[in-house]
Amino acid sequence: MPLRLPRAGTSQVVALVAILLANWLVSPQFFDIRLQDGRLFGSLIDVLNRGAPVALLSLGMVLVIAMRGIDLSVGAIMAICGAVAASLADSHALPVVLAAALGAGLLCGLWNGLLVAVLGIQPIVATLILMVAGRGIAQLITEGRIVTFTSPDLAFLGGGSVFGLPTPVALTLGMLALTLLIVRGTALGLMIEATGGNPRASALAGIETRLITVAVYMWSGLCAALAGIVAAADILGADANNSGLWLELDAILAVVIGGTSLFGGRFSVVLAVVGALIIQAMNTGILLSGLAPETNLVVKAVVVLAVLLAQSPRLAGLGVVLRRSRP
Amino acid sequence: MTPASPSATSRPIARLMPVLATTAVFLAGFLACSMVFPNFASMRVVMNLLTDNAFLGIVAVGMTFVIISGGIDLSVGSVIGFTTVFLALSIERWGVPPLTAFVVILLLAGLFGAAMGATIQYFDLPPFIVTLAGMFLARGASFLLSTESIPINADFYGELAGHAIRLPGGARFTVPAMIMLAVVAAGMVLLHLTRFGANVYALGGNRAATALMGVNVARTTVLIYTLSGVLAGLSGIVFSLYTSSGYSLSAVGVELDAIAAVVIGGTLLSGGYGFVFGTFVGVLIQGLIQTYISFDGSLSSWWAKIATGLLLFAFIAFQQATVHLARRPRLGAAGASRP
Repeated sequence: MPLRLPRAGTSQVVALVAILLANWLVSPQFFDIRLQDGRLFGSLIDVLNRGAPVALLSLGMVLVIAMRGIDLSVGAIMAICGAVAASLADSHALPVVLAAALGAGLLCGLWNGLLVAVLGIQPIVATLILMVAGRGIAQLITEGRIVTFTSPDLAFLGGGSVFGLPTPVALTLGMLALTLLIVRGTALGLMIEATGGNPRASALAGIETRLITVAVYMWSGLCAALAGIVAAADILGADANNSGLWLELDAILAVVIGGTSLFGGRFSVVLAVVGALIIQAMNTGILLSGLAPETNLVVKAVVVLAVLLAQSPRLAGLGVVLRRSRP
Repeated sequence: MTPASPSATSRPIARLMPVLATTAVFLAGFLACSMVFPNFASMRVVMNLLTDNAFLGIVAVGMTFVIISGGIDLSVGSVIGFTTVFLALSIERWGVPPLTAFVVILLLAGLFGAAMGATIQYFDLPPFIVTLAGMFLARGASFLLSTESIPINADFYGELAGHAIRLPGGARFTVPAMIMLAVVAAGMVLLHLTRFGANVYALGGNRAATALMGVNVARTTVLIYTLSGVLAGLSGIVFSLYTSSGYSLSAVGVELDAIAAVVIGGTLLSGGYGFVFGTFVGVLIQGLIQTYISFDGSLSSWWAKIATGLLLFAFIAFQQATVHLARRPRLGAAGASRP
């Protein structure tokens, strides 16, 4: 297992390094990192910090996609959980706030999981329901306003630092370690890959596919809740309309760039996070280069197409033929 | 062949069940609204319902074809946005006559759809991700053209937008509404009465079997996405007529409304089953929710989202239930057959 990952991830890591180098070319101070007030500052740290929400989302999304599912609702879940956290922040202690927000995320995930696993609804549709209704629910919680708060405890999660790292980055690293521990430290990852590869055969082999499906959607909900809390803590408020808007697409993109197939099966948690960093490094690079931010989407589309074509089964077949011709 | 005829005569009704249910919900909803608001049941409200949702209806017809064939098209909202910007720029800045601009943008949108269809078909890639890239590309391209809202002042636009058949009660049957009804009618003919329509259903049922049957799968797939692209372009034209402007951020998220309308209309997202008429009613139901909220005045717009979500859930649960019932051993069907 440790041998497989680096080899499979070469192209993603090369892409990330190439984009970072390109950023360095347009902005020579890109790799400068300085320590100030016990916190690291610099463009590179900024990429990590800004990329944290999508990276968190991709941690849940990668497992969902590995099960041949998709979770369109994560952006809406971010909005709901951010709204919950922001509206409770000034009146309750931090543990209560976190428990409520994370609980809301788990509940959303449970709803998605039950629709997919028990009612047998297609994942795209099942999560579309919450994607459409979720933002309405979030606005219901905030009563249509942008709820702001002053609680320093919650604000720490967005703007504070742990061992010099911004809290969102530390949180993402922690969740990455936790996810790896759960899926690779146990047989769970194997079961997820088996279920994504062939649900029927996995069920016949004795895997509790329904239970795993529900658990995976709940994990995705939890990750989205954390991302929502971070996003709310970052701006000291919850904007039900815009928090996490279209981030589900970025998260799916991160997972696909990370080499996980939308048709389920083999997945890589680490590479999904690398995918999220690639997206953020591109965004930052375009901002640094002074190009109009409008070019961002076009560049993104081109990168997605390039990654897709590189992964295309047809082209892979071509690659095998080429490789065979020169041993 | 004779033993099959009783079930064949009883099955069309079972097949139409989802569409009938959707229609019943729309009529019940309209009745309920009329009871709450005395002025609701008027030609004017009905005509406004058609005009306000014309662009959604047009694009949802294309989405119906895509979804019945087992695919999905996330790019349509961005294509609408691109179309409005392109029209505004070409008519106002580049001095292109409006009709020429219409033809050019329909061709462009069709080519764009065809390119996505070809990518999906020839590289064997999931439609979700390919059309997602298409969504970024079209939206990004419209940002590149212009980020500001450009008014369209051409006389032709004013005439077209003002042109309407006047009906009793101050109602106006507008050009966008006419275009939508024509597209819905044409879509029904194309889907239900032509060989292309039959191929679309076959593709959604089983791709491999369809190919073995001798259907040109590649051509059909490309044509389906071309159709969706052209209709998105047409929808963009109607949208620009409706707003008399072009804006790169217009119609964000319309693809989701269109998918929701298709699902509410009873089309299975797994493909192989669905009706254009159901989609049309699905669009009207979404419009009805909006109209109810604007009539009420005190309800906030977020209730529309929650109501749409609940409706989506109700219809999908209903579909799931009918699919499960259909898969059961046909005890009821056997008992119902005539002696």
